[in-house]
Amino acid sequence: MIPKKIKTIPYTATRNACKMCTPLGAALVFHGIEGTIPLLHGSQGCSTYMRRYLISHFREPVDIASSNFSEDTAIFGGGDNLRLAIENVTRQYFPAMIGIATTCLSETIGDDVPMILNGMDNAVDDTILVHVSTPSYTGTHVDGFHGAVHAVVERCNPLTGKTKDDLKTRKKINIFPGMLSNEDIRHIKEIFTDLNTEFTILPDYSERLEGPSWEDYQAIQKGGTPVREIKTMNLATASMELGSILAGTVNQGGESAGSLLKERFDIPLVSLGFPIGVKATDLFFSHLEQLTATAMPEKYKCQRGRLIDAYVDGNKYVSKRRAVVYGEEDFVVAMAGFLAEVGIIPVLCASGGKSGLLEKALEETLAPNILKQVTVHQGMDFTRMEQAARDLNPDFVIGNSKGYTMSRHLNVPLVRVGFPIHDRIGGQRILHIGYKGAQELFDTIVNTLLQRRQDTSKTGYAYM
Amino acid sequence: MSDTIKDTKTIRPGGVDTLDPEKIKKELLSRYPAKVARKRSNQIMVNKKDDTGKTPVMGANVRTVPGIITQRGCSYAGCKGVILGPTRDIVNITHGPIGCGFYSWLTRRNQTRTASDADDNYMPYCFSTDMQDKDIVFGGEKKLKAAVQEAYDIFKPKAISIFSTCPVGLIGDDVHAVASEMKEKLGINVFGFSCEGYKGVSQSAGHHIANNGIFKNVVGKDDSIKEADYKINLLGEYNIGGDGFEIDRILDDCGISVVSTYSGNSTYDQFANSHTADLNTVMCHRSINYVADMMEIKYGIPWIKINFIGGKSTAKSLRKIAGYFGEEEFIQRVEAVIEAEMPEVERVRLEVKKRCEGKVAMIFVGGSRAHHYQELFKEIGMRTISAGYEFAHRDDYEGRRVIPDIKIDADSRNIEELKIEKDDDKYRSRKTEAELAALKAKGFEFKDYKGMSVDMENDALLIDDISQYETEQLLKLYKPDLYCAGIKEKYAIQKSGIPMKQLHSYDSGGPYAGFKGAVNFYREIDRLVNSKVWDYLEAPWQTNPELSAKYGWE
Repeated sequence: MIPKKIKTIPYTATRNACKMCTPLGAALVFHGIEGTIPLLHGSQGCSTYMRRYLISHFREPVDIASSNFSEDTAIFGGGDNLRLAIENVTRQYFPAMIGIATTCLSETIGDDVPMILNGMDNAVDDTILVHVSTPSYTGTHVDGFHGAVHAVVERCNPLTGKTKDDLKTRKKINIFPGMLSNEDIRHIKEIFTDLNTEFTILPDYSERLEGPSWEDYQAIQKGGTPVREIKTMNLATASMELGSILAGTVNQGGESAGSLLKERFDIPLVSLGFPIGVKATDLFFSHLEQLTATAMPEKYKCQRGRLIDAYVDGNKYVSKRRAVVYGEEDFVVAMAGFLAEVGIIPVLCASGGKSGLLEKALEETLAPNILKQVTVHQGMDFTRMEQAARDLNPDFVIGNSKGYTMSRHLNVPLVRVGFPIHDRIGGQRILHIGYKGAQELFDTIVNTLLQRRQDTSKTGYAYM
Repeated sequence: MSDTIKDTKTIRPGGVDTLDPEKIKKELLSRYPAKVARKRSNQIMVNKKDDTGKTPVMGANVRTVPGIITQRGCSYAGCKGVILGPTRDIVNITHGPIGCGFYSWLTRRNQTRTASDADDNYMPYCFSTDMQDKDIVFGGEKKLKAAVQEAYDIFKPKAISIFSTCPVGLIGDDVHAVASEMKEKLGINVFGFSCEGYKGVSQSAGHHIANNGIFKNVVGKDDSIKEADYKINLLGEYNIGGDGFEIDRILDDCGISVVSTYSGNSTYDQFANSHTADLNTVMCHRSINYVADMMEIKYGIPWIKINFIGGKSTAKSLRKIAGYFGEEEFIQRVEAVIEAEMPEVERVRLEVKKRCEGKVAMIFVGGSRAHHYQELFKEIGMRTISAGYEFAHRDDYEGRRVIPDIKIDADSRNIEELKIEKDDDKYRSRKTEAELAALKAKGFEFKDYKGMSVDMENDALLIDDISQYETEQLLKLYKPDLYCAGIKEKYAIQKSGIPMKQLHSYDSGGPYAGFKGAVNFYREIDRLVNSKVWDYLEAPWQTNPELSAKYGWE
């Protein structure tokens, strides 16, 4: 079943983009590794802009260093600047790792970063230098995110160096969650802990980007996946990678962190979409049960039970309602799956990403009778999304803060999920995944629709 | 707001005055490699004023060392975000990959008010050519032209401007050629800015590039003379948090007519007509003094420095404007406005002062704000013991008298200096030589800015382009009652238990300019430094160790 094609005028310029640039995703990943400082190889403005953007969402300190290109650097190459930047970052912060992401500037002039870094490892003591190529004219922040995870795993698990396991052989699962919220990451960790299974989750920015006040000054905030754990990822019993688009990329021959470990060390890889909604979470748990040979703890069975009960209770409010869902492609696919299972038709599924896999992933996620009511569009900006949405009569839109203008113009409520959320507090604490996440999403959506009905009704009933 | 006087945090053992600023400076530099430390040592100065008002030479407007986490932005940010960001009716197209356009999309909280809903306002839009690999390889001019055409077809704006991001200069796209071609073709004003992010040392370069562009391409396009008295331009006021609206309200009450604001709540037509004003008043000296100078040379408009931050400063600035025009009736009207506004300002000031007196603040923002806001703190009895600019130049610290001594380096050389000459047709002397001499004799200062350092206490620590690392060290050593900076520093400061006020975006507060703004600010500072939320920082088991000891039965 091929979803309806959208008829919007093909514009040249992007107006109000629904994507961010590649290095931003990489910078976020590096915040999820213990003792790591991200360093952007390019103009200082890139670091400043991305810091501000991440900070506005997380409301936490975000430090990103820069190699501060000048006009001369742009002409003669950035080698000296990068080396100096690494030296200075090392002396101020004593980082375990420096995550170097390129920008459109260093990529355009063709700086050979691996060559520049060659031999620098010794110059900076034990600091590991990881490089990821993130030209902002290719892909979106999601590509930078996955690229950085891949680069870190590759750097820490060299082909020749299967880590010696001095500990007893044991079950350990690698989990690559993709770009999820802090609360999502915490929930995954909770699940693995409850399954009594050892795991390494990469990245894990849930603590560093949402920490308590400091008793002592912290040069690099606490938290993140410890580097020593990343180094033993090659000993795991399996890897699990979330994100259906990422899985699709791997199927097409692309390389991800999980597929690299599979190729280099024969570690089985399980790829599945974000566990948003009952169906996706069921699948997530069934894989976990298989991998860990542990039954789903009672706690989660109860959560599932309560969720289904709520689905039944709330069905009358949501059934056949129409939603526009937008954001990162992986997120859109999973969110559309969830909406469909509660009876909401995701009439427009849109993303600024352009993997070419969005339609297919939605075909695999949605039932044919739903799919035929769905319009899919990749590489879309908010201006075109708004135009397309107008004809589709949505009851609400669901996605990040940047869709606010669209929701205002369409005069329908916006349910804020994903990243970035700049006009509400607590975006980093939204739980999307698992039965609990579905519960929170469901309640929020139902209540948003109820509030809308209440606010727009002449009488204003308090009993609905 | 807390009404109780809470003095436990005001006086800490020893107090800030027992700290030797020279030692602090050494401490800040200790972690840097020798070369970096040498460079930074010129940018961290202990304030000393001699009898002539001379203050230490600041190593300002020098490039940040790679790897030092700076608060500075880039040339593009200064040009597109700061200067042209608040102008509502020019379609601003970012030529480059998506990031730059996206991150500068409506983030500075510039407010604007259109006369009616029918008026153009493109500020909610973020236009980008969203360059892809093939544009980088084969050039993006074709795509840019199509984007300009498209913007014209859809919006029919008065003007379209193009902003270059890093790759544009490198791949050889000529945005100026595209602009002039499209200008010819469309019959509207189209102009480009070469504000690639790597140019200059900070956003300040972008301000200069933007000002040059507006001056070259827009100013002087509309010669009609507005029927109004006391026509001024307000330069370097960006209407953050509605500051400009409050200033406009006051000026309006005084009967002063603003031809153009650069660039808060501004329009294309205002810029085009701004050369007809009779006085330029400069708020943010750093970002805009170029325009003031160029307008004086070309059109004969004198300029004065004013400051609408703080109740007293606002009154002083209004009197300065009144004094310039010099008409008795006008002076009386201005005095009447001040007399009507000040009682409320004073009432709140004195109430807040009771709770804030003696507290210490640090301010690290901007090119003027770090100076202007000290005025407000002084008014409520707070001291600013350390301050610095993010992107200012030496003259903003030491005053304009040092301008001839400022060395031109590679980074400043690549910013175009316009050669401005008197425009024989449009130049008009606003005052006769005799009138100017009389004003000067009365102590009236034209074209002058004495800088921040001279207004600060001896031994205050001046730090230019403070880094994240230095910020955190300062907090640890001084533990100030309040730290003012931007969002990038905000959360590290709050995590250290120190109240923090954003003076870039005002933490979504404001206005803080003018009389009502001063009242808002006093109350905001009161809330911040006296908030009880900090009392919860220490959990009971931390303040009361014996409590937990009771349970330690091992």
